[in-house]
Amino acid sequence: MSDPRSSQFAVRSSPPSKSRDSSSSESRTANNEPRLLSVEHLTTGFDIKGRFIPAVIDVSFHIEAGETLCLVGESGSGKSLTALSIMRLVQSPGRIERGRLVFKGRDLRERPEREMQKIRGAEIALIFQEPMTALNPVFTIGNQIEETLRVHGRAGRRDAHQKAIELLDAVSVPEPQLRVRDYPHQLSGGLRQRALIAMSLACEPSLVIADEPTTALDVTIQAEILDLLRSLQKKMGLALLLITHDLGVVAEMADRVAVMYAGRIVEEAAVRDLFAAPSHPYTQGLLASIPGGAPGSRLRAIEGTVPPLGELPPGCSFTPRCPRRFEPCPKAHPGTTILRSDPGSRTTDPAPRTTDPGVVHSVKCYLYSDVVEPDVRDERPH
Amino acid sequence: MPLLEVTNLVKHFTRKRGLFAPVSIVRAVDSVSFAIDEGEMFGLVGESGSGKTTTGRCILRLIEPTSGQVRLKGEDVLEFSRSRLRLARRDMQIVFQDPFSSLNPRMRVGTIVEEPLIIHRVGSARDRKARVAELFQLVGLDPTQLARYPHQFSGGQRQRIGLARALALNPSFIVADEPVSALDVSVQAQVINLLMDLQQRLKLTYLFIAHDLRLVRHICRRVAVMYLGKIVEMGETESIFAAPAHPYTRALLSAIPVPDPAAPRHRVVLDPASFEREAPLRQVGTNHLAAV
Repeated sequence: MSDPRSSQFAVRSSPPSKSRDSSSSESRTANNEPRLLSVEHLTTGFDIKGRFIPAVIDVSFHIEAGETLCLVGESGSGKSLTALSIMRLVQSPGRIERGRLVFKGRDLRERPEREMQKIRGAEIALIFQEPMTALNPVFTIGNQIEETLRVHGRAGRRDAHQKAIELLDAVSVPEPQLRVRDYPHQLSGGLRQRALIAMSLACEPSLVIADEPTTALDVTIQAEILDLLRSLQKKMGLALLLITHDLGVVAEMADRVAVMYAGRIVEEAAVRDLFAAPSHPYTQGLLASIPGGAPGSRLRAIEGTVPPLGELPPGCSFTPRCPRRFEPCPKAHPGTTILRSDPGSRTTDPAPRTTDPGVVHSVKCYLYSDVVEPDVRDERPH
Repeated sequence: MPLLEVTNLVKHFTRKRGLFAPVSIVRAVDSVSFAIDEGEMFGLVGESGSGKTTTGRCILRLIEPTSGQVRLKGEDVLEFSRSRLRLARRDMQIVFQDPFSSLNPRMRVGTIVEEPLIIHRVGSARDRKARVAELFQLVGLDPTQLARYPHQFSGGQRQRIGLARALALNPSFIVADEPVSALDVSVQAQVINLLMDLQQRLKLTYLFIAHDLRLVRHICRRVAVMYLGKIVEMGETESIFAAPAHPYTRALLSAIPVPDPAAPRHRVVLDPASFEREAPLRQVGTNHLAAV
């Protein structure tokens, strides 16, 4: 690649989907099957002092059954809000401004709240970062798992208890018949997270969203939890949307990766492509800042900090921190450039983790093309 | 002579589960010994509950240790009277993990950095203001922001403020207790670079407490691994990473997620029966000790 700015790349501009038709191309795979989840042009933000401040901006991605998609980014990048949007758990003053959340062929945004309650936990489960705050301290973990089962009609009062024990056993909690009577504070961090995973799996969801599930845990416990998630995924064929900031975890777990910065997905690729050929300067900076190289040498830091919500710089949000910025960057945010659509070929990967033909390596950066982001955010008053 | 020498440091916490229940003893720090040379960044790693933070605080007598010796420049800190300890605190400072809870939200950041100078009655008000501005520049902050409050700064900037406060009295020794764990990856690198720069410029000696082994490998020439209150392995970082001798160290190292999707994974699970808890440290290589 002599000049990365040459126009050898296929270029796709992505106009916002205005149609309400569920069979739009994005929500279907190449052979016209509906995708498990397809998030299309999601914009979520907060109404603050009469102003709508977006925190998730025109985010699109999809997940297939059995697949792991990692959403990577720093705090404030919008990854957790993306998860809450999918669950439709965004609380006022936050709201979903636009976009479609097509789950099994139907837009979750169009479902009534009562129907959403049935989907949450039963079809899409959420695992939080801090198990202590996600568990109710005044009920035993058994009570809480049984409640999930009963609410969703998966078990009656009598067999719920037995099923709770089985679930704790499935997530390798030792002595489940005793632990089922424990309160959350009686468990260690690792066991609490296992209990939470047991609860989220109780109704055999097809999609699990795990928001930094191991960040609060020690590395050895983290390793156990990641192994557990992987084996459960294989056993149950569930799709995993894993939100993390740890690129080590990404490398271990992901099939595909979406990198978020200041509310946008700035790069998306199969995991090996992303690590072999990171293309967005932010992704390159993240990978370069991992400690390594000669001991005692300076780390390659990304200068500056993530811009606060509502104070995004004009044009590409990464411009002020970008070592490769040039004259178009501050003018308008770049649109999506498809770098390649044949996963794994770059790395001559002997065993590509994903063979989905829909997997592309895409980036939002003017280094690769001059596509400008379509104007979908004009409702922002200035 | 090492700058800091810790010998058989012990901290027991007692706790009662009920009014008539027998007192149980938690051996948080269980006979820990190590030495740090002048200008060195010495790593102390371990998981939560291993006693690494308690060790750091006992050295500064923020927690009174049960027994042992802590020699700073040859003098035993644990023997110091209150007034002598106060004087010694000028020379040894701490940077805390959480930049959100370690700065008083009601104080302006300039005052936060100035406070140690006021407490130790250093210089006139004008001298102190000048020193604070100098410290702000030293840690890469803008001295025009002295009148702001902590919440107006990002996590990385707050950690710089904490560092400026720790440096106010020109200490020679700093306990850095997980100083970057709460920060984002891209900002971590900035703060680590700053710590390394200051080490060079001010000839600082650090006890760097961390659980991120990748980071410790990068910045610490020597490291001690703690497990349940004891140091189970200690020595040159490179030789420990190359050939971990203790089963716990092996499990810990194998659990680090490698940021390379093509890397093979060999998870070592810790079998508590595979080692003797009370085994003393012994030489297993040049500058490499392990309790096996």
